[in-house]
Amino acid sequence: MHTLSIRALAAGLREKKFSSRELTQHYLKRIQTFDPQLNSFISVTAEQALAQADAADARLARGEGGVLTGIPLAQKDIFCTQGVKTSCGSRMLDSFVAPYDATIVKRLHHEAGMVMLGKCNMDEFAMGSSNETSWYGPVKNPWDTTRVPGGSSGGSVAAVAAGLAPAATATDTGGSIRQPAALTNLTGIKPTYGRVSRYGMIAFASSLDQAGVVARSAEDAAYVLQAMCGFDPLDSTSVDRPVEDLVGALERPIKGLRIGLPKEYFADGLAEGVRARVMEAVKVLEGMGAVISEISLPNSPLSVPTYYVVAPAEASSNLARYDGVRYGHRAEGVKNIEELYKKSRGEGFGAEVQRRIMIGTYVLSHGYYDAYYLKAQKVRRLIYEDFRRAFAAVDLVLGPTATDVAFKLGAKTDDPVSMYLNDIYTIAANLAGIPAMSLSCGFVDGLPVGMQLMGNYFDEARLLNVAHRYQQATDWHRQMPAAFA
Amino acid sequence: MSLSIEQVRQVAHLARLAMQPEQAEHYARQLSSILDMVDQLAKAQTDAVTPMAHPLDLHQRLRPDVVTEPDRRAAFQAIAPSVENGLYLVPKVIE
Repeated sequence: MHTLSIRALAAGLREKKFSSRELTQHYLKRIQTFDPQLNSFISVTAEQALAQADAADARLARGEGGVLTGIPLAQKDIFCTQGVKTSCGSRMLDSFVAPYDATIVKRLHHEAGMVMLGKCNMDEFAMGSSNETSWYGPVKNPWDTTRVPGGSSGGSVAAVAAGLAPAATATDTGGSIRQPAALTNLTGIKPTYGRVSRYGMIAFASSLDQAGVVARSAEDAAYVLQAMCGFDPLDSTSVDRPVEDLVGALERPIKGLRIGLPKEYFADGLAEGVRARVMEAVKVLEGMGAVISEISLPNSPLSVPTYYVVAPAEASSNLARYDGVRYGHRAEGVKNIEELYKKSRGEGFGAEVQRRIMIGTYVLSHGYYDAYYLKAQKVRRLIYEDFRRAFAAVDLVLGPTATDVAFKLGAKTDDPVSMYLNDIYTIAANLAGIPAMSLSCGFVDGLPVGMQLMGNYFDEARLLNVAHRYQQATDWHRQMPAAFA
Repeated sequence: MSLSIEQVRQVAHLARLAMQPEQAEHYARQLSSILDMVDQLAKAQTDAVTPMAHPLDLHQRLRPDVVTEPDRRAAFQAIAPSVENGLYLVPKVIE
């Protein structure tokens, strides 16, 4: 059952080949068997899952529900789930049981009727590119358990890649959906900023954070994303605009589609094997009628430095709420209120989160604000303008998702800057707010390679359409790691 | 741009982060290397560029001025580290 698409699982439920309870039990058993090797879940919510599965079975028996009713899903542990621990990968929130549900949790589980298997491991407060900053320990890549799965949505991708869940939610502030999807042979999409509600999603950098999904195909991703998207009055940056029929658009022909390859994304620093796989995928799309041209995003090399001013600045402000008073970790044996704040935060946050809070505090401090924060906001505009110009000439921008395949656990933990450079191809889409996705386009030495598609604002349907057509012509996305078959 | 140990201590104080003396040197080195990378921004020509704070050109929505939230005080206090009689407890602030 764990190799079937969401559409096939939905058909199986309707044809009574299996019930949602049986399907859920199958996945819970796989989690129990395989997750000790991966560490992809922080919490497994077996009891609630079976109750939701029974409710879904009852709904289906009445002839109600949709495609997603009764299908299991894993939630990244950044989304608030009422009555269930919501840790955000941090010691700070190790004892935090959310008092309310995120909007996407309501939509996917209460409305669409999906079954929540548990909460996935992640880099602490989504700050990381390897899932090594989690308070709950690193996640292993199912393709090679001595390597990282990418981050910050490392638990989400490891769970789906190993067949421990059909799909999982994820979030992306600088590449945290796309880079881990690329390193684990998955399809992951970060929609346009404002497309999916951020209500109940624990904040990292509010002008960049966006929720999305990781799945084994563009079609699976389209079904789940469709249920997540849409206006939410509870999120002040939610966009009030109709959502396209993402599933209905999958089969559109792509003949005549103009695809731009940014020369900066194929420059020095890109591993040769990755370049070769991405160019082979370009040939496949060209064979399907796409028109390929070289473009330039001249300011994209500045996206990493821009991001490491903007994101820490916003994070230092967002994470100021953790004070040891209202919820979260509280230090013992303190003498006064200042010591309570400092000790609670010093103990509750890990090293990477502390680094980013300090960078953010520094770039926002008197005397440095103009040189760093204001300058970065200006360069952010230049990066946005690059995309605006590009989308006047092409429909879609294509490049690699990451510079290389998955690296070894521990290889970059002592060097923050080399870790940050993992996201060199993904950050620009967050700064501009445009939708972007990663999908698998082959392997190098048995490790998955991802290609990235970036679209114009609100063009999620087209991204998924192109990815789906590519996946009909190839079978990279159907490969599963042998050890977890 | 390199940060001195003294600057790191000051930033940690502003951010209300307790720091062991031996950590300050380590952080000074790492934060300096991050700021060195960030210094590439100086190369960009941005004289006439309007800063971009947000990806979407949104206006803050207004909603009708009516009460929409139920009273959840008990639920919120249940997750607090220390409460008494409906109040959050902190160390004594006024001597």
